[in-house]
Amino acid sequence: MEQEYVLSVKVSNSTGVLPRVSGLFARRGYNIKSLNAAETEERDISRLTIVVSADLRILEQIKNQLMKLYDVHEVKILTDAVTREHILIRAGNSAEDRHKIIEIANLYRAKPVDVAADSIMLELTGEPAKIDSFIDLLKPFGIIKMVRSGITALERD
Amino acid sequence: MLLSGSDIIVECLLEQEADTVFGYPGGAVLNIYDSLYKYSDKVRHIITAHEQGACHAADGFARATGKTGVVIATSGPGATNLTTGLATANMDSIPLVAITGNVSTELLGLDSFQEVDITGVTLPITKHNFIVKNIAQLADTIRLAFDIAGSGRKGPVLVDIPKDITAATCEYTPVKPISKAPAKLSENELSTALELIERSERPYIYAGGGVISANAEEELKKLAELCDAPVSCSLMGQGAYDQTDRRYIGMLGMHGTVKAAAALNSCDLFIGIGTRFSDRVIGDPKVFGKNAKFIHIDIDPAEFNKNVEVGCTVKGDVKDILKALCARIVQKKCPWTDDMISKDFREPVQKGTDKLPVTPQAVIEKLDELTNGEAVIATEVGQNQMWAAQYYKYKEPRSFISSGGLGTMGFGLGSALGAKVGRPDKTVVNIAGDGSFAMNLNELITASAHNIPIIEMVINNNVLGMVRQWQRLFYNKHFSHTTLDARHIDYVKLGESFGIQTFVIEKNEDIEPILKKALDISKSAPVMIEVRIDRDINVLPMIPAGKPVVDPITEIDLGV
Repeated sequence: MEQEYVLSVKVSNSTGVLPRVSGLFARRGYNIKSLNAAETEERDISRLTIVVSADLRILEQIKNQLMKLYDVHEVKILTDAVTREHILIRAGNSAEDRHKIIEIANLYRAKPVDVAADSIMLELTGEPAKIDSFIDLLKPFGIIKMVRSGITALERD
Repeated sequence: MLLSGSDIIVECLLEQEADTVFGYPGGAVLNIYDSLYKYSDKVRHIITAHEQGACHAADGFARATGKTGVVIATSGPGATNLTTGLATANMDSIPLVAITGNVSTELLGLDSFQEVDITGVTLPITKHNFIVKNIAQLADTIRLAFDIAGSGRKGPVLVDIPKDITAATCEYTPVKPISKAPAKLSENELSTALELIERSERPYIYAGGGVISANAEEELKKLAELCDAPVSCSLMGQGAYDQTDRRYIGMLGMHGTVKAAAALNSCDLFIGIGTRFSDRVIGDPKVFGKNAKFIHIDIDPAEFNKNVEVGCTVKGDVKDILKALCARIVQKKCPWTDDMISKDFREPVQKGTDKLPVTPQAVIEKLDELTNGEAVIATEVGQNQMWAAQYYKYKEPRSFISSGGLGTMGFGLGSALGAKVGRPDKTVVNIAGDGSFAMNLNELITASAHNIPIIEMVINNNVLGMVRQWQRLFYNKHFSHTTLDARHIDYVKLGESFGIQTFVIEKNEDIEPILKKALDISKSAPVMIEVRIDRDINVLPMIPAGKPVVDPITEIDLGV
């Protein structure tokens, strides 16, 4: 059965790694939901956090195919991990709505980061499900723009 | 010592004992060619007619010798001309190192003359690739390229080197390549496999190109004896098992033998070794070997459960695995195997017409007889390729050289040249069709200019036979653009214009004398044979794509 999995992938921190990884997914028709790439505590290593939608057989394939790339050092399928996502979202267009938006923001501990005459930009970090429900609550006010970071995750000890 | 980048490149080739390279000069590799001039007593360079031919030659060299092939091309079009060759090697896991020049680093990214982002282009068709932008990393990058190409599941690696890097100087110290310790095998996997083998009553061994790549032919033979199993090979596995041995029951797959298909459906254990279960073999994956349990042995775990779901997998070097298994299997006795081997499955036999009586089967079987099954046979792609696989009895690995995965028409001639350069002791024959021949016949120039004494055998039916066969079966005999009558090629004149003696086989009584004559000439010079055959000799047996490997088609009604 197809479901979402979070992969934590250690790769060399060099140019050209990302197209190798994304090209592999595109070429073999694996379904990427989100991909986050950033540096780690090791200077030469980056960590990709990739959310994929797959069944167990394809998941195993993804892992094995990734491990064949010379620049990939480790692939972990995270089962017990802290997962977080960051969002910037601009919503609302009237002074009246803004009040209600701030109320929702407070409930989620989202932070206003930019206020314009007819809209407000909020910032929130949390589990992906929390981000989803936050977006749902803001939808009635009209979402003007938003960007999600994609999931980052680290295993629990 | 202080050396130029281009000298470092050649020194690194020598470190790897790569003393033969194929290539084509050009602006961005002028420095490298200047070094090749300097090192000409140590490195043999063979210029082909086209970079694609050079890449196929390096590939054929690698397949025939087991060494890593080397090809050099200039930037831009020189580099892009390698792509079909690289993709061919990549699909068949052939170790190659391709060295391309590029424009100088300060011109990169500016759409400079003959600039192409070849690492970007070849990303999905190489095992790995590099661009060297710092001369301090040049030597180690080339060493690493050889290491990656020749280790694990082998494959092509491209190193792109901007012109200024080849001109700059750097301190160079020779380094001997070190061989890595092989990865440990899983005891669990081995014992599961052993248990399946022990319990099996009808084991069937299917060997792929991975057996050849791992030099595991002796272990394969031993395993077959211990298991008392019949053996099939994939197209890529031709020669992994001695085909004159009683256990060999033919190729398995789309054009495999009726017997091999029958064994698949009645075996209770299918042991796939060094194979990727290509769609051309498994047909319908849902029913492939549905009565059997599976053991899949391979160096690349990404092949496990990719095309077929298998219960038992053993990961690692095929030679090591087979050794470990052979050490622990108790000699089996399987009555089923004897039945399979001795039973007559009425394999199809080719027939010519009154006008064109010669059949490829007759010619290839005669070639097999005259060369004692010891020649290296290269092929193009299509009917010629299947006939070469079906009718020559390969006795040893590295004697069948064919583009199995990519199916590259135009591969054969270049690869045959490379094979002959690598194995001058062997008779090398390229079995071509007239369609494939026309794609890269330019490499006859290379055969002639370097006097590489191969036999180019063009089986001429004046059609693109394999496509025609599919059009007959699946497209209402709409022979769309597959009839080549308008070409009117005079092969004798064509060959002679390149300085290559050419003969025509048109009658059955021509076969033996002309083959003998060609074999004799090929002791010292390249030679070509045109074999004229009827256009409706089909490749049989046949299992249509995606269909179960059951009851292959053994006769096609030609109608009127």
